[in-house]
Amino acid sequence: MNVEEMYQDIILDHYREKHHAGLREPYGAQVHHVNPSCGDEITLRVDLDGSTIRDVSYEGEGCSISQASSSVMTDLVIGRSVGDAMSLFAEFTTMMESQGRIEPDEERLEDGIAFAGVSQFPARVKCAMLSWSALRDALARAGATFEESR
Amino acid sequence: MNSTSDDYDIETIRRDFPILSRQVHGHPLVYLDSSNTSQKPRVVIDAISDHYAQHNANVARAMHELGAEATAAYEGARAKVAHFVAAAEPAEIVFTKNSSEALNLAAHTLGASLRPGDEVVVSVLEHHSNLVPWQLACQRTGATLRWFDITPQGRLDLEAAEREGLINEHTKVVSLAWVSNVLGTVNPLRRIAEQAHAYGAVVVADGSQGVPHLPTDVGTLGVDMLAFTGHKMCGPTGIGVLWGRRALLDELPPFLGGGEMIGEVRMEGSTWAEIPHKFEAGTPPIAQAVGLGVAVDYLETIGMGAIARHDHQITAHMLEALGELDFVHVMGPDKPVDRGSAVSFTVDGVHPHDLMQLLDSRGVAVRGGHHCAEPLHRRLSISSSARASGYLYSTDSEVDALCEALTWAHAFFTGRVAARA
Repeated sequence: MNVEEMYQDIILDHYREKHHAGLREPYGAQVHHVNPSCGDEITLRVDLDGSTIRDVSYEGEGCSISQASSSVMTDLVIGRSVGDAMSLFAEFTTMMESQGRIEPDEERLEDGIAFAGVSQFPARVKCAMLSWSALRDALARAGATFEESR
Repeated sequence: MNSTSDDYDIETIRRDFPILSRQVHGHPLVYLDSSNTSQKPRVVIDAISDHYAQHNANVARAMHELGAEATAAYEGARAKVAHFVAAAEPAEIVFTKNSSEALNLAAHTLGASLRPGDEVVVSVLEHHSNLVPWQLACQRTGATLRWFDITPQGRLDLEAAEREGLINEHTKVVSLAWVSNVLGTVNPLRRIAEQAHAYGAVVVADGSQGVPHLPTDVGTLGVDMLAFTGHKMCGPTGIGVLWGRRALLDELPPFLGGGEMIGEVRMEGSTWAEIPHKFEAGTPPIAQAVGLGVAVDYLETIGMGAIARHDHQITAHMLEALGELDFVHVMGPDKPVDRGSAVSFTVDGVHPHDLMQLLDSRGVAVRGGHHCAEPLHRRLSISSSARASGYLYSTDSEVDALCEALTWAHAFFTGRVAARA
């Protein structure tokens, strides 16, 4: 794959207009995650309603991959159960670690499948994972219980 | 390809570096990341291989022929490095694993005598390796960390420092980069050192970006300690250097404890070896030191004056060429005066990571991120930047290739994003 193909329209769309961006009230937990090697950062809040993710809001600074990934992640997890969101996290992680060898499930990952190409560029995988790692941390801090699958 | 002067044979120099002839993503490699690490000439690669193939043994403690050869090679490298920076004697050269360890050695040993009320002075443009060890030393001792700010031109704000009395009777250590790894600024070390010495402070210089590019004479620099690293000056990774004046090194406590740094060891306590071995606990990076010695020979054969002139010319061309691109914003001094070869910049509408990736697809290697200088980027109100940096083997046509790739990357990315709007 060449780099032009990595920057798919889906990624650039989300980069240009991030969904669910901005920090909102109320929230059960707020976390701040950084990518120390490059300075990308995200502040992320989760609001739980029992075991359902009522809202995820965020503010971040970073490259197109990290920004678009935040946007796609919120589309996927808002309104879902914590358990299902963590399954998606696991599926997304598997895809990102696959170096392009796995055909992602579009039914499950929706726009997230656009990041399959990024998985062929190992230096950028952590960009795509930043918001997901922040989500898992925030869910744990908000008192959600889920199996530590990883 | 242009050469910088009639006697600087850039084609021959480039042939000395095997990696420069490789292709990356189907394009000839344009390596402009030498501030990160330099490439290695064949003689250095061969010397390391030859050391392991013919002379390998531990140093100083193996009483056989190979031990004698390895020791002679290791101590010979020390003598070469001492000569390279015009140290008074080889014993003033302490081998470490890199600049970071050298600066940690300085911060730990100088920090041992810090007390609450004492002050340590750094600057906001430091690499983390010349900031965090001093933060740790201040945390351990209760001393206060203070720092030089920078001017809008990216130079140390000496006037503000004067007004604030930054260097004063409480100052015990001043530790500054010789050359900024982000802005390229060459700091006026001698002038600051004279000021600091008037208060009896010790002056440490981070020479990581200076020693590889400029003729180095520790006496002329005017500092008391100088840290630098082998891998940025054509040597291998895993070998760094701390030079210090003998009188200072003699009175400092050890850093790491272990084999080779001792005089006598009893269960109740130990005495220390003489410098430099007092600071070299355990088996040192022997093959790496040998490689560094050969790198120093290589640089001296070309001549550090000639290399400095070449680097200056490449930097001048880069500043001029980048200055012509209206979507590129160069950080730091925009004229090649008192300026090293790191040229950092931002590109309108393209994050440095995206930029780095797009340039890489054209075979152009630059660095994107905060370059281990996060406080400096915060000071400049940005989170990251891209950085291009040349060295003795860089050419004007590589700078031109960078500019072409930048123009393409900017058009590709902003065009694609705009087309989606």
